[in-house]
Amino acid sequence: MSLQRGCSRSLSPRTTAVSTSVFEDFKACISEEASCQTISEINLKKQKMIRAVLVMNTQGRPRITKFYEFWPVEKQHEAIRNVFSVLCSRAEHVSNFVDAESIFGPDSRLVYKHFATLYFVLIFDSSENELAMLDLIQVFVETLDKCFRNVCELDIVFNYSKIHAILDEIIFGGQVLETSSTEVMKAVEEITKLEAASNAINLVSKSVSNWRSR
Amino acid sequence: MAGSSIMENLFQRTLEDLIKGMRLQLIGESAFISKAVEEIRREIKSTDPHTKSTALHKLCYLSAIHGLDISWAAFHAVELMSSSRFSHKSVGYHAAALSFHDATPVLLLTTNQLRKDLSSPNPFEASLALQTLSRIATVDLARDLTPEVFSLLSSGRVFVRKKAIAVVLRVFDKYPDAVRVCFKRLVENLESSDPQIVSAVVGVFCELASRDPRSYLPLAPEFYRVLVDCKNNWVLIKVLKIFAKLAPLEPRLAKRIVEPICEIMRATGAKSVMFECVRTVLTSLGDHDSGIKLAVSKVKELLVDEDPNLRYLGLQALSVASEKHLWAVLENKESVIKSLSDEDSNIRVESLRLVMAMVSESNVTEISGVLVNYALKSDPEFCNEILGSVLTTCSRNVYEIVVDFDWYVSLLGEMARIPNCQESEEIERQLIDIGMRVKDARLQLVRVARDLLIDPALLGNACLHRILCAAAWVAGEYIDFAGNLFEIIDALLQPRTNLLPPSIRAVYIHSALKVLVFCLDCYLMQNEDGNLVVGQSDPFIGKRCSVAPESATCQSSNLEQHDDLTFDPRNTTESPEDLSVFENNADTAVTQGPAITHEYMLGLLDRIELVLAPLTANQDVEVLDRASNILAFVRLVKAELIDNASQKANTADKKDTQVSAIITLMRDAFVTDLGPVSVSAQGRVAVPDGLDLKENLDDLSALCGDIELPSSSSFGIGGPQFGTSSDATSTGLLKNEESGLVNESTSLLEHRKRHGLYYLPSEKNEISQYDYPPANDPRSNSNSDEAAELAKLTEQSLVLKKKPNQTKPRPVVVKLDDGDVVPLPISNKRPEPRDDSLSGAIKDILLGSTTKPSSSQSNPSDKSSSKRKEKKKQVAADIPSQIKENLGDAEGPGLENPGSSSKDHDYVKERRERGKEKIVEGEGHDQKARKKKSSHRHGKHKTRQKANSPLNVVSQTPEIPDFLL
Repeated sequence: MSLQRGCSRSLSPRTTAVSTSVFEDFKACISEEASCQTISEINLKKQKMIRAVLVMNTQGRPRITKFYEFWPVEKQHEAIRNVFSVLCSRAEHVSNFVDAESIFGPDSRLVYKHFATLYFVLIFDSSENELAMLDLIQVFVETLDKCFRNVCELDIVFNYSKIHAILDEIIFGGQVLETSSTEVMKAVEEITKLEAASNAINLVSKSVSNWRSR
Repeated sequence: MAGSSIMENLFQRTLEDLIKGMRLQLIGESAFISKAVEEIRREIKSTDPHTKSTALHKLCYLSAIHGLDISWAAFHAVELMSSSRFSHKSVGYHAAALSFHDATPVLLLTTNQLRKDLSSPNPFEASLALQTLSRIATVDLARDLTPEVFSLLSSGRVFVRKKAIAVVLRVFDKYPDAVRVCFKRLVENLESSDPQIVSAVVGVFCELASRDPRSYLPLAPEFYRVLVDCKNNWVLIKVLKIFAKLAPLEPRLAKRIVEPICEIMRATGAKSVMFECVRTVLTSLGDHDSGIKLAVSKVKELLVDEDPNLRYLGLQALSVASEKHLWAVLENKESVIKSLSDEDSNIRVESLRLVMAMVSESNVTEISGVLVNYALKSDPEFCNEILGSVLTTCSRNVYEIVVDFDWYVSLLGEMARIPNCQESEEIERQLIDIGMRVKDARLQLVRVARDLLIDPALLGNACLHRILCAAAWVAGEYIDFAGNLFEIIDALLQPRTNLLPPSIRAVYIHSALKVLVFCLDCYLMQNEDGNLVVGQSDPFIGKRCSVAPESATCQSSNLEQHDDLTFDPRNTTESPEDLSVFENNADTAVTQGPAITHEYMLGLLDRIELVLAPLTANQDVEVLDRASNILAFVRLVKAELIDNASQKANTADKKDTQVSAIITLMRDAFVTDLGPVSVSAQGRVAVPDGLDLKENLDDLSALCGDIELPSSSSFGIGGPQFGTSSDATSTGLLKNEESGLVNESTSLLEHRKRHGLYYLPSEKNEISQYDYPPANDPRSNSNSDEAAELAKLTEQSLVLKKKPNQTKPRPVVVKLDDGDVVPLPISNKRPEPRDDSLSGAIKDILLGSTTKPSSSQSNPSDKSSSKRKEKKKQVAADIPSQIKENLGDAEGPGLENPGSSSKDHDYVKERRERGKEKIVEGEGHDQKARKKKSSHRHGKHKTRQKANSPLNVVSQTPEIPDFLL
């Protein structure tokens, strides 16, 4: 609260200094901005460091999909299919890069790693280092491994929310925020605990209330 | 009611049930999903939040994994976001992040909930809200939630603070004025002791700087400190990326950072950091030789690494370097060439690009030759990659690097014969283009065209049809360069041309007409000069083509007969005398140019008539039209010729006949040189009065909407017996026609066997008669051999020597002053008003410019003023001395935060001073007077700034701090 107050105080002198005409300008500006936006425009302009995380199995079935910018689902799945068709044609011991500009537009790069039955794919732009992204896949897989003890495809299939919680800790809005798997594990465990607790309360309270209402 | 809720709750399928069911389903996946969605639609309406959240959770899963559109459930997501239970809330937020976009209507309803959760004491709730905000923030949300984000920027919990920092990026993006509020705190975080926080802030700045680097120059001291002190590789990479953007803007900065970067490059064990250093040096510090040398030596290490990723990146780094430092590529040419045969296609393509970068006028012949040979042996995809890059490199800037066009034209011919060649369109274009632009190349061009036309095997390959089209055009247009008219006209009329698509066949027929006209013209001239002496060399041919090509000439009387055989499938037997006669004459025929006899002329006309007569019933209007034209012409000429023949003695009359007049006219028409056309030519044609080019024709399409446009081939009239032959590109049709082809090909083969000169001479004699060999047999060497061979060959050619054998001067290439190439769009920079306002805001903050104060809550950056500032700033950057002057004040309020009156731009000034103290302590104090003088100009802020040093000079002349000295 104190922070908020500080903030508003620091803002207030400026507000008084503004003439009404400026305020009118501002209102016009805002309404203009609000009206002239379209989805395509926004998609074009937005550049995220990491644009998407995809995990798919060797049959091309998606297992995790996470896009950090808005993509209509049909386009998402078209992109996944395209990525898979490139990946499955690549030999085993070749480089981990794929030219992604045809699928994801200009300035997009793609690295992937192949683990057992799964492809882990990252799509990003020039604000990221390719080798660091490969390391990031490694971090993610190691974290999964710690979380599920010898992670396999089925773990990923059945633990939708946990996987997303892990991913959300590592990558936030397209930026890499955490690269230590221990830290990620700590946060994820706390979240799981919190969810479990809230569910437990929920069940008790509900049965009680149900019983009462009878 | 309550009972039903319990029932719902108990019997509802959880997400796990859904997944299990999906794996066991027998009814097909889509059926299962639609059933599940039906169920979910019911459940999600439940008043019980638990049921609702489970339903939404399942829906999220189906959306993420099975691509289901869940935008219809947006309102339910909002409902769950406001649930007090964490698990429900997280499902709601997750669904929102997954499916909301800027046009989602319920977005307006989320503001309050987000605000509440952002200020929640539970860090995980705040984290959820931040997570979703980073994905869905709109202008409104960003504006309304800026205060909350601002307060979280100094949250005590690292867990929340780093996410708040990351979310700032999206907030700035949407609502640039948030910069005025948040920027200061953001920069403060840069000095945090927590590595996670620093990492997040640097990440944000990296992204911001990549959009508008100039605005962040003043922060360079901070980044420099991070660069020197930081040991975290992730952060180092980001800082390097920032400097890669900043260094080109400020040469003194580049000088300053090159040493630390080299130090990191030497010391680091992480390949990613090393590579980032290399890339930074090569892209942005190109003027610093020591750095470049070190970077190139590191690249050298990468190139020989056994990890294909490193080899690939090494090659990429080299291509970055190739623009300015071609020596770096030449130094590593062995590795580059070796990579051409790498098993990884990425590496091959990248090395190909580098090899092409090494191509120059002196070695283009060798390199292209070697590459085209190599293309023969590589897989189709890479083969086309090679061909494509050779074609583009050689044709760049109107064939700038090609000196020897005879060589290049032959190379084009060779490329055309490579199996799997997909570049036929480009080869077609270049063949015609060279014909029009380079007069001296026409002789060779016609030879190449002849070789292509004459080979019946090529007609079977649909990929080559475009090239054959060009060849036919070239042969017809430049027929006066041809060594042997007969073989060309035979090639143009050969029966397998029915495999061509109609449009190309029309070109063949048209070319045949041109050749025929030329023949007749020659014939008449010859008769005029030599009075019908059979066997005398044709003056025309002798004059125009000094070298008799391929010695493929024969006595016309023989040829005439063979041709009759060729085109009459029934007559496959041939009298043995003919053969012997021909062989006897062959020797003499080679030395003599072919003469056009009266008999030959008649035979030729007969043949044309025979071949083209069926085409007058062709379905394609183009073919039909041209065939009818040429037939009419032939009949006209024939009548006259026969007429003349009867009164052979009276040759003097011939010239006066009507025919010769017509022929001369037509010849004149065809002789006119066609030149290249500028792309801007159309623009120079004045628009005639009454022609409205901008008229909107949308109505028209609405009117014609129901009328189906006929496909090109359905224009013609239906001759049912020729229906199949009109379109023979598809192999299926080819098979249908096999019965016809059997005879034809047999006769062709017979012909070839006997004379061995009508078609390409080769080992084709023993092939089975129904099967044409591939146009060019790839030699099947073992792979390792290839690589070694390639390396050896290319190595030789890459030696940069001045070619001694360039005795021939480069021929004239017709080049238009303008419009040879389609102009590129004027600039790649798209105007981005939002970004402008963002950078404007940041400049305001960083440079403390307050020429026109605006409320942080209003006026999203006055554009004109920000532009003005930008201009000023550029001026400032251009004149470094000015910078020094303006930045004298090392005396400041010190490090403590002025607290309550924390005006953002004041802060920046302090910061700058601090930076200065650290880096340049010796800066003079001569600015105090100026400082005082300037302070009055900013009366508005005076009251708030009295505690601080009024460094208002900066607002007048924004500049970069001189940490660089």
